[in-house]
Amino acid sequence: MSSLLEIKNLSAKVKDKQILDNLNLNIGKGEVHVIMGPNGAGKSTLANVIFNNPQYTKTSGKVIFNGKDITNAKTDEIARDGVFMSFQTPEEVEGISVFNFIKTAKQKITGQNVYFADLRKEIAKNMEELEMKPGMDNRDLNVGFSGGEKKKNEILQMLELNPRLAILDETDSGLDVDAIKLVSKGINLFKNDENAILIITHSTKILEMLKVDFVHILIDGKIVYTGNSELAKEIEENGYNSFKVGE
Amino acid sequence: MMSKTRLDELNTNIYDFKNKDDYAYKIDKGLSKEIVEEISRQKNEPSWVLDIRLKALETYNKLNLPTWGPNLDELKMEEIATYVRPKADIKDKWEDVPTEIKDTFEKLGIPKAEREYLAGVGAQYDSEVVYHSIKDELLSQGVIYTDFDSAIREYPDLVKEYFSKCVPIFDHKFIALHYAVFSGGSFVYVPKGVKLEMPLQSYFRLNSPESGQFEHTLIIVDEGASLHFIEGCSAPKYNKVNLHAGCVELFVKENAYLRYSTIENWSKNMLNLNTKKAIVEQNGQVDWISGSFGSHISMLYPMSILKGDNSKTEYTGISFAGKNQNLDTGFKVVHVGKNTSSVVSSKSISKNGGIATYRSLVRILPNATNSKCSVTCDGLMLDDLSRSDTIPVNDVQNSDVEFSHEAKVGKISEKAIFYLMSRGLSEEDAKAMIVRGFANPVSKELPMEYAVEMNRLINLELEGAIG
Ligand SMILES: Nc1ncnc2c1ncn2[C@@H]1O[C@H](COP(=O)(O)OP(=O)(O)O)[C@@H](O)[C@H]1O
Ligand SMILES: [Mg+2]
Repeated sequence: MSSLLEIKNLSAKVKDKQILDNLNLNIGKGEVHVIMGPNGAGKSTLANVIFNNPQYTKTSGKVIFNGKDITNAKTDEIARDGVFMSFQTPEEVEGISVFNFIKTAKQKITGQNVYFADLRKEIAKNMEELEMKPGMDNRDLNVGFSGGEKKKNEILQMLELNPRLAILDETDSGLDVDAIKLVSKGINLFKNDENAILIITHSTKILEMLKVDFVHILIDGKIVYTGNSELAKEIEENGYNSFKVGE
Repeated sequence: MMSKTRLDELNTNIYDFKNKDDYAYKIDKGLSKEIVEEISRQKNEPSWVLDIRLKALETYNKLNLPTWGPNLDELKMEEIATYVRPKADIKDKWEDVPTEIKDTFEKLGIPKAEREYLAGVGAQYDSEVVYHSIKDELLSQGVIYTDFDSAIREYPDLVKEYFSKCVPIFDHKFIALHYAVFSGGSFVYVPKGVKLEMPLQSYFRLNSPESGQFEHTLIIVDEGASLHFIEGCSAPKYNKVNLHAGCVELFVKENAYLRYSTIENWSKNMLNLNTKKAIVEQNGQVDWISGSFGSHISMLYPMSILKGDNSKTEYTGISFAGKNQNLDTGFKVVHVGKNTSSVVSSKSISKNGGIATYRSLVRILPNATNSKCSVTCDGLMLDDLSRSDTIPVNDVQNSDVEFSHEAKVGKISEKAIFYLMSRGLSEEDAKAMIVRGFANPVSKELPMEYAVEMNRLINLELEGAIG
């Protein structure tokens, strides 16, 4: 498969704390990857560092996306190149409606004018698929949304912005089974042979609803083991202890 | 590539176009008894007005500068001409207004607004009103909307009864100054039971350098009547200080409603020391919507006196302080009557070293039982250089009240900027979107066209960062 994302020897720190330690990861078109790992292992850090969140500093390594070196690219450029991230805790932003936010984002990403009526229809349809309350797109971005509503709103944005690579950071955590089903439904709607998905998760629930190609175990800022979907079940039963280095 | 200066020009030239300092009469700079008498002579006004002017001048000379708030050392009255009469008489048709002045108001969008959604318009250029007009059907309902000089001549009893009764001449030093040299402004009377569907708008443009504008706006909304009044102000930028010390007196009678919306957009050399006050009778309501943009220093604290039982007021305000700006704004409310209610929501944005201060007074008198007051203020700082402060004074003199005060001041959220950027917005676009969202509760209160205008002003202030 042709490669979409290549991460080579990536190390990163936040403030003075080293978090990612020579991490390597390759994702090809059409693939679904899963990263699992204990709390504080560096999973969210990885997503943020790919996106060059200014709070984090890369100390070594390279990130290549779709053949382009994005190691030092700005966050918005990376987004326009086709990378998307569903946030573990999406920000609440007052005074901006979900609709206007998506409209602006879509215009920036496609570089084309987006027509109001077309987008209204499209968003309404996707919201129905995700069983979001009608009219939610008129509310302020994530303000007062429940945990589940915020995560669905992230999936809605993913569907609208149609990236090449979607990184979903614990989109399923804290959700009940019905909500996880809807989020998986959204992911399956999005998925095709040209794009790829990187799912960061704690639980195997969502993995039962998706076809997963690779499962990686991330511990102490490194990928320590890569396997297939069977690996997730093993972790569910035995935890991470057997993967810990030196233990 | 565009050069920096070019960008600066682009950013400001919508308001910052100067006409030649071409006047029919400009009084000598400074402030003295002779100057005040000369203004009165120029205006050919009745002697009772001159008496007030002279008493105000005496008061001005006695009063001290405020001991709080921004430093006003730059204000040198001896360098300011307090009266500039434009080369134009008052007209009620735009085609009769001299071209250059008419073009000024065309650029500011006033005649277009009048055609599309206003019931009447007043336009002042420097010290005098050059255009005033009201729809015929309102005249036949007994609505008065005219320039202040005409009101003094044509409705002397009505003017005398109300003039300086809401804002007294001794309130503070700059209101004393105002009464000594006031000129222009609008007078509105809405008779009992008359409800205006469309707003009236007065626009004040100060063109002349090293001068002051001192318009007086007096509005009476009689029992059961209702009005939306819009005030707009702007001026081109000069190197020397200009002064604005206007006064707004609002009388809201029993069961009446008045909405007073302002977007002030002064040039960055302006000292804006403006006074606005409303007295609200039983079951009456006054709502203030206030956008303060521009000026070098602003001191502006609209005030509602909830005199009658069950009277109400709401204040929704926003200010934007950029480089070299000190905007000291806020709201004052005095609850006098029983069951009175006030809701205050104030927002400020500061950038590039700007200082935005929210200064407020809430006074609930002993007899104002069963009253409610809720105050929220939010300060948004766009960088570490800027400042945002809240200085509330709360004086609650009875225990049978519901009072809440909530203040939040903080820097623009880096996390929110990152979130928006991760969706393809540049850093500037992300910040602009967050700021517009922050201002949204205020723009929502404005008629659509003015909300668009306010968003444009916010964008202009934000883009200033490029230079
Ligand atoms: N912005 C930050 N400031 C300080 N510490 C951080 C920050 N982000 C992450 N960390 C720390 O880095 C480590 C990895 O965090 P994170 O990537 O969020 O873990 P995970 O997502 O795997 O649970 C943790 O010890 C966490 O406390
Ligand atoms: Mg995490």
